[in-house]
Amino acid sequence: MAKTQYYVPVGPIHPALKEPIRVEAKVEGERIVDVDVKRGFAHRGIEYMGMKRNAIQTLYLSERICGICSISHPYAFVIGSEKALGIEAPPRAQYIRTIIAELERIHSHLLWLGVVAHEMGFDSLLFWTWKGREKVLDILELLTGNRINYSVFMIGGVRRDIKESQAKAVRDMINYYRIFTEEMKDVFLADPVYKARTRGVAQLSKDMAKKLNVCGPVARAAGLRMDVRQDTPYDAYADIGVRAVVPQDIVGEARGDAYDITLVRIYEIEQSLDIIEFCLDNMPEGKLMAIPNYVALLAKIRRSEGEGIGMHEAPRGEVVHYFKYGNKRDGPLVWKVVAPSYNNINTWGSLLLGAEVADIPIVVAYIDPCMCCNDRLAVVRDENGRLIDPATLHRKAVEKTRKLRAELGVRE
Amino acid sequence: MTPETLLYALTFPILGVFLGLVYKGVDRRVSARLTSRIGPPIRQPFWDVGKLLLKETVVPKNAIAWIFNAMPIVSFAASMTLLLYIPFGVLKAPLEGYGDLVVILYLLTLQSLAMAIGGFASGSPFSSVGAQREMVLMMSYEMPLATVIVGFAVLYKSFSLTTIASTPVWGVAGPLAAMGVLLLFVALLVVTPAELAKLPFDIAEAETEICEGMLAEYSGRNLALFYLSDAVRGFAMAALEVVLFFPFTLTSIFNLNLTGTPYYVVEALWFLFKVMVIYLLAITLVRTSFARFRIEQASRIFWVYVNIIALVGLALVWLGV
Repeated sequence: MAKTQYYVPVGPIHPALKEPIRVEAKVEGERIVDVDVKRGFAHRGIEYMGMKRNAIQTLYLSERICGICSISHPYAFVIGSEKALGIEAPPRAQYIRTIIAELERIHSHLLWLGVVAHEMGFDSLLFWTWKGREKVLDILELLTGNRINYSVFMIGGVRRDIKESQAKAVRDMINYYRIFTEEMKDVFLADPVYKARTRGVAQLSKDMAKKLNVCGPVARAAGLRMDVRQDTPYDAYADIGVRAVVPQDIVGEARGDAYDITLVRIYEIEQSLDIIEFCLDNMPEGKLMAIPNYVALLAKIRRSEGEGIGMHEAPRGEVVHYFKYGNKRDGPLVWKVVAPSYNNINTWGSLLLGAEVADIPIVVAYIDPCMCCNDRLAVVRDENGRLIDPATLHRKAVEKTRKLRAELGVRE
Repeated sequence: MTPETLLYALTFPILGVFLGLVYKGVDRRVSARLTSRIGPPIRQPFWDVGKLLLKETVVPKNAIAWIFNAMPIVSFAASMTLLLYIPFGVLKAPLEGYGDLVVILYLLTLQSLAMAIGGFASGSPFSSVGAQREMVLMMSYEMPLATVIVGFAVLYKSFSLTTIASTPVWGVAGPLAAMGVLLLFVALLVVTPAELAKLPFDIAEAETEICEGMLAEYSGRNLALFYLSDAVRGFAMAALEVVLFFPFTLTSIFNLNLTGTPYYVVEALWFLFKVMVIYLLAITLVRTSFARFRIEQASRIFWVYVNIIALVGLALVWLGV
């Protein structure tokens, strides 16, 4: 008797996947026999918007690319811009940037740990990790004034200093998380149920990881020692000498499954604590901005010409921003963003094939996908399926606006 | 059938629905407290039912409509009938003479079955996967559940719940049999979350995997009926465990000389307290401290571990009698 095949659609709206992407899985019983990942549901055109603004406005726009790690993109932005414009941030600013980026890594990893626990139905762990995450969000608010979209980075420096009293609060936080990570090792890594659900799930071999060109914690869990902070150090990372966290250093072997990625993320929180502590201990004195005057900064950008690539190891992997300045403009001529999820989503197809339906949420969550980092392109088709070019789209939009105005009796 | 029985038969279901919803509310509240949240008010399940009853009932286009609509009613009717078989504290069950533990086993199964059939009939892929999982899960936990019931039959030489409730099991059983009964109790505690489709065995309704599975397509009145039968089933299952394992009355423990209304009120409150303790231990605590298992893991747990516990328990009871 032929087995009945069901077609299970996950996304663009689904409890396991709250972001606009679609995984179409064909299942036989519990086994997935065919899978198709469709992306590109959202369009934001953020790069185009950035090219219409001046560099400082675009910097704040870049914070809005990602909803969770709002430092990753500005960090790559300022590094790329500084390279293109030939500006160097003062040492103190570099250290402050590093501290904030690492604080954000802690909060992003804690968020992921909660999400993956939720995906396997372990909501208590979700609430617990997210409760623990509040501490780092409070510290970020203390240092920058915001829980999210910190608006603290600037081309050639940072906008806010870390004072002695604030540094004390950060040290308290470090002590808090030292205990918290130890507890996390117990409830995640030593828990038999967690182990049963994650060992062997979403298993990515080293070769496969290389072939699929993954990055960030996903690559490190598969045993690839790659980390932007280690390979091309920038800012304070150059003084610290960061070494990528890989499972073979911790447990002896890298299996590259969802358990290993949990391991990597928990140990990366510890690494971030070490980095923050180092930065606080060795914080150089000095000014915060290379060019404190924004008008002067914009004038310099207008005079400059050049291109640069900024890379930052975001919590999810490497973020790359490419810039080209020139043509007497005070904003980027060309701005191109590559987000880590773009590489990592490629793993879904091969990992889901042959997996079980119960593993879909874990496979989906384990790369920590961020659709809003990815979807910055739109393809618009008319009712016959033909591509619509931008000029036609603009004409249609104007026609529709005029029609609406006429209907509502609004004058031009 | 006496007028008294008729009165019980009318009031028990109403009381059962009320208590089921209250216990569900308490469960949600306690679970929230355990995970450092505030949680909804205890009356929230009542609001939920009210809201569902007001909402439109949608039947999917490719569903088999009559089965799809009939199954919530079957499930609700089964849970209502189940209530009539459970002695409420010192009160006798209205249908005590008309069936026994085997009927209760069937009624419990009927609800899961109704949900599975409803899931299949809805024509949704999520529901179909959920219904398949429910069938596998039922095949896994029915065996230990049946073993528990057979254990009691061996002990009492009867399947009648009234006989079992009237004489506490710990008085009947010898030391060896008591150990067996203890093992049966453990097996039943593990079966409880699976029977009620609660974590870690809510595999058939896994929200993050298959969007509530069998219930994915249900809405409005149909969903309200499933919601109610789920609430009632939770209460009934905990009450069943109390009746089987802890039938001690307060008067027998403290030698109280209560008669008339105070006697019934005190005993009813004592019974509700016992049910609450079992409910919180077997359902709330378990569902807040475990991750959802995969279906084959859950099957292995029941077929191997829980079955061994239950069968060893049965053997001890058999040797001890």
